Amino acid sequence: MTAYWFEGGVEDVEDAVEGLRNEAPEEAADLPSLAVESGVFTDEEHYYNRLHEATLEHARRRIEELEPEDSAVVHAVRTLDELDDAGGRLRQRVEDWRGDSEPVAEAEDVVDAVEDAREELRERVEREVRDVAPNLSKIAGPLLAARLIAEAGGLDSLAKMPSGTLQVLGAEDALFRHLQDGTPPPKHGLIYLHPYVHETTPEHRGSAARCLAGKLSIAARVDRYSGDLRPELKEELDMKIQEIQSRGEGG
Amino acid sequence: MTDIEWRDFDGVEVPTTSGEAAADEPVVDGRRVWHPRRSKLAAALVKEGFPGWRKVLYLGGGAGTGPSYVADTAEAVYAVEFARSPARRLVEVAETRQRLFPVVEDARKPEIYRSYVEKVDFLYQDVATRGQADVANANAEYLRSGSTAWITVKARSEDVTAEPEDVYDDVEEELGENYTVEGIVDLAPFYDDHAVVTATKI
Repeated sequence: MTAYWFEGGVEDVEDAVEGLRNEAPEEAADLPSLAVESGVFTDEEHYYNRLHEATLEHARRRIEELEPEDSAVVHAVRTLDELDDAGGRLRQRVEDWRGDSEPVAEAEDVVDAVEDAREELRERVEREVRDVAPNLSKIAGPLLAARLIAEAGGLDSLAKMPSGTLQVLGAEDALFRHLQDGTPPPKHGLIYLHPYVHETTPEHRGSAARCLAGKLSIAARVDRYSGDLRPELKEELDMKIQEIQSRGEGG
Repeated sequence: MTDIEWRDFDGVEVPTTSGEAAADEPVVDGRRVWHPRRSKLAAALVKEGFPGWRKVLYLGGGAGTGPSYVADTAEAVYAVEFARSPARRLVEVAETRQRLFPVVEDARKPEIYRSYVEKVDFLYQDVATRGQADVANANAEYLRSGSTAWITVKARSEDVTAEPEDVYDDVEEELGENYTVEGIVDLAPFYDDHAVVTATKI
């Protein structure tokens, strides 16, 4: 039905919510006065109260219909890892083959196609994760940000995680070995991929990892709950890491 | 609905509103501080002054913090946000404000909300996609003739290789079909590489 939302009646919220899904009329209009003139509402206050109730309910339902963007990132990262494995194994297989005889051209085409697909997917992941988690991506770099989200099972879980858990995320084996056998605890998991961790000398690497994990944790929470951009997080981290890396120098 | 009041905060005159806190914003003498480093709209207000508004279409409503401040000072605010996680927060914030209406739709397809979003006298747009001018043009029908639009442009999300000035010039030209561009307000020092294009609906 082509009509403004209230034209089909607004007796109860369900009618009103249904009305919001009406097909678009010709043009945007002065709805409150139109609606009051039509006699559907006693006054604008009445109009707005009903509209508020209806838009809240409609919005809740629309949200349920949308795919969570971070779940797209999680799927994409996992697919990326699969493509990595598959591409690597295929490449190895074709190389082995080449050692003995000439592999058929189709096999090499497949390897190339897998590697192209991987590259394309990587770019897509980087783009999407910047939208979903801009602060986390700024500090971690988009790919590490995506891996952290995937490993946690979503931005929501990552944001709820204590930073000490985030720090060793991806090093669960070492963590459980530590808990069970008393081996030294892991200092870092996935975040080892970050230059601030792997480029710091082993002596100070634990401090760098702890400091980075703290900021990543804050960034994930800002991305999940507020959505603002906080460039100062990165600046603060840069300063702290510089301080950690210069410890013991010239002393 | 009350007016914006200006208060000194961190040595800057910042806008404040009265209303229930929506996030973790500072509150001074019962007034919600609308900090120019936390909101591009607040940064634009600090640099440009309060343009006045009664009914507002807010494209890129995010988690609802920006719209909540506008709702404190307007008769009706329609906040459009299409990303799932911020939209959830937006709905929670809208529950606390009678005249804040959440619109969980794609701002690039404004006909979808034409059955319930009314004509407004102020358009604010902060969408994180390319083609910001397209979004502003598509939504121009909601803005009364002679009314004001503020469109934030982030130079880097338009074209990473272009100089910021070039990007702003392009946006200005593309807006020409529906708007007269009045000026371009650089949001530095609060935001780098961001500007607000101020325009009047033709």
